[in-house]
Amino acid sequence: MSVQKDDSQVRQKEMIATHYTRLSRCPDSGEKNVYTFVPGNLTELLRSFDLLPVLPEINALQSAIRGKSKDYIATAEKLGHSEDVCTYVKCDLGMMKSGNVGPTGERLPSPDLLLLSYTGCFTFMKWFEILRQEYRCPVAMLHVPYQGDGAVTAAMRTYVVRQLQETVIPMLEKISGKKYDEDRLKEMLARSAAAEDDLVAVLESAKRRPSPIDAYFGGVYYIGPIFTAFRGTEEAVDYYRLLRAEVEERIRLGQGPVTPEGDLPAERLRVVVEGPPNWTSFRAFWKMFTDEGAVAVASTYTKVGGVYDAGFRHDPARPLETLADYCMGCYTNLNLPSRVDMLVRYVREYQADGLLINSVKSCNSFSAGQLMILREVESRTGRPGGFIESDLVDPRYFSAANIKNRLESYFQMLEQKRTGAA
Amino acid sequence: MSLAIAEQAEALWRDLSFSSVARWKAETGGLAVGYMPVWAPRELLHAQGCLPVGIFGGGQDLEIIRGDAYYQSYICHIPRSTIELALNGSLDVLDGMLFPATCDVIRNLSGIWKLKFPGKLARYLDVPQNFDPEVGGVFLRHELLDLAAELAARGARPYDPEALRRSLALHNENRALVRRLHALRVESPWKVPASEAYSLLRASLLVPVEESTAMLRAYLEAVEADTSRRPMDQARILLTGSFCEQPPLGLIRTLERSGCYIVDDDFVQVHRWIRGDVPLTGDPLEALVQAFLGDGIESPLRFVTDGSKGTELVERVRQTGAEGVLFCAPSFCDPALLDQPMAVAAVERAGIPWTAFKYAENNGQFQVIREQAGTFADALKLWSGA
Repeated sequence: MSVQKDDSQVRQKEMIATHYTRLSRCPDSGEKNVYTFVPGNLTELLRSFDLLPVLPEINALQSAIRGKSKDYIATAEKLGHSEDVCTYVKCDLGMMKSGNVGPTGERLPSPDLLLLSYTGCFTFMKWFEILRQEYRCPVAMLHVPYQGDGAVTAAMRTYVVRQLQETVIPMLEKISGKKYDEDRLKEMLARSAAAEDDLVAVLESAKRRPSPIDAYFGGVYYIGPIFTAFRGTEEAVDYYRLLRAEVEERIRLGQGPVTPEGDLPAERLRVVVEGPPNWTSFRAFWKMFTDEGAVAVASTYTKVGGVYDAGFRHDPARPLETLADYCMGCYTNLNLPSRVDMLVRYVREYQADGLLINSVKSCNSFSAGQLMILREVESRTGRPGGFIESDLVDPRYFSAANIKNRLESYFQMLEQKRTGAA
Repeated sequence: MSLAIAEQAEALWRDLSFSSVARWKAETGGLAVGYMPVWAPRELLHAQGCLPVGIFGGGQDLEIIRGDAYYQSYICHIPRSTIELALNGSLDVLDGMLFPATCDVIRNLSGIWKLKFPGKLARYLDVPQNFDPEVGGVFLRHELLDLAAELAARGARPYDPEALRRSLALHNENRALVRRLHALRVESPWKVPASEAYSLLRASLLVPVEESTAMLRAYLEAVEADTSRRPMDQARILLTGSFCEQPPLGLIRTLERSGCYIVDDDFVQVHRWIRGDVPLTGDPLEALVQAFLGDGIESPLRFVTDGSKGTELVERVRQTGAEGVLFCAPSFCDPALLDQPMAVAAVERAGIPWTAFKYAENNGQFQVIREQAGTFADALKLWSGA
């Protein structure tokens, strides 16, 4: 039986498909594209030059959802890439070597520029060094300093702004053949801020009982994805207005989140989730939660593209500074104490029963330190932590029976603890 | 047979109670500040009266009891042995730790330190990937001045340009001896086994630069006077990939015993991160910053702006007369392993033979590696004779 999708889900699918089709036509249309990463992306700046963003992490996860990642990873490993390293990189490289066919079945264009937003992930640098060897195209490096002490200093902001002025913008001018237009950028930033207000309202709706959204699976499936590639556009503003209205209607009707199986009938457990999802068995993974009536009321992975619920909004009055602050504020650019603070806040404000960590083999930026995070959050909130392991896009590291077992045990423990407390 | 000074150096760095550091603290009352691989501004720390202490994990001599509870199985070994050292009290002697921008694992270890040891200095040391003096240079200068202020707030001497100038001079002298040591390895590798050079360079991380200089000088004099060491029919190889988590000493010795002269490597790279002398004229902090930006080695940790990945590696092979390359990276080391395919491609384009294997700092069995390296060395000798 097919499940009726919400209008927002239909709309986002159309938007993404249109974007990929437009990308596939770049060689004919003459439009230029820029490969860049989700954390620290400069979508408004790119679009102010009429450049189209391509996000290799998104392509990799889309390949996993379509069941292609296993072969792509094997292709990269045959070329000498270690089994130990990030599978997003290997999946992307394998996809490229296999014809660079994107999620809609259309061939993606080669990059006119690699914009290396080196934000919160060391692997990004190596990834684009590898791609540069393959594509022989220009690279613009934007080094975004890490919030090692949990704050953005004036020197850090100046460093990023100077790089935008001295390296990134001149390169975008060269690639696009257009001059930097700050007024246009400001207009886009204003639209970003409007969409951000609606996005935050949607995310914070999960504080209600029942939560009208799933802030992890739903968060990455239809709430968050539009944001990165479309930020600054009217389409994004419209999309989030529509989504917010839908969520408000769910609240009015007392409905829980929409899932691949339809509306969740009853919310039994509320969890905060740290870490990326597994994409190769995304639906089965989600079902392990819905079968138990578990709803993710907040998640950190949905914050790698920006931490708006902590108050950040793009500010058109200071365009380059706000882009710098955005980049430095992404979740993976926060130090461990800040990540712990955020998770503690989520557990408390969203009245979660516990914190679940999905630790992925591929991502040291997320995973290194997660066991420490788990202990800290447990100790500060008194809520139990759960820990499972999988991978982003390598199906070899998703052991369904094992993960299901652990999740069921964890959810039973949460239930018992809650019942005992009551 | 090892020289006595090399044996003393080995004993020094394998002392995981860091008693040499404790002695220094007792004598001077100064701050001892640990740093992880790969680069740290040792000159600045020395100028402020601190002892920079290289913390390169627990190696093969440490049993991991609690460290594994902090890291998943798919994360490299050095953070778990480092946290083990901290939890078992070995690092109590340190007043703080610096975590340079090496990779996400070392970066996140800085956060664990902040959470576990809130009273101690725990600083992530970001370094620029933009090498424009007016952009990345300004940022690095801020980072270093910030660090200097933080050290001063904890009891170190305040930053003094003239003290830094003197420190730069001492480190230049030290670097010159390190260069001489490596030049001798290239010229006469039978005189300076890699395992001895390694011990000297590791021990140098635990003593003031003046003592390191004296130790290096004494070793070089002893080696040059020693006529008992004779060349053997070994293959000259360059080893790369071991810049962070260090291989166990037994592995280095195994490679040598399998028929390899290691004429160049990435071990203890902090000594060679800046290639030449740092100028002693002008603003000394600026000189240090400019040396970092403009005179740094090509490393997987540094963004290579011109797209010529592996060029420097090939050049090193030529300069050292190496006959082949051993890619020798720690398991799960992102910088080394993500870089390796690009480096391999460069080496292959240059027609240089290579082989690859992985290790962990606490490996105890080397038979497989011995066979692989021995076969590689034999093949090199055969090709050399062809």
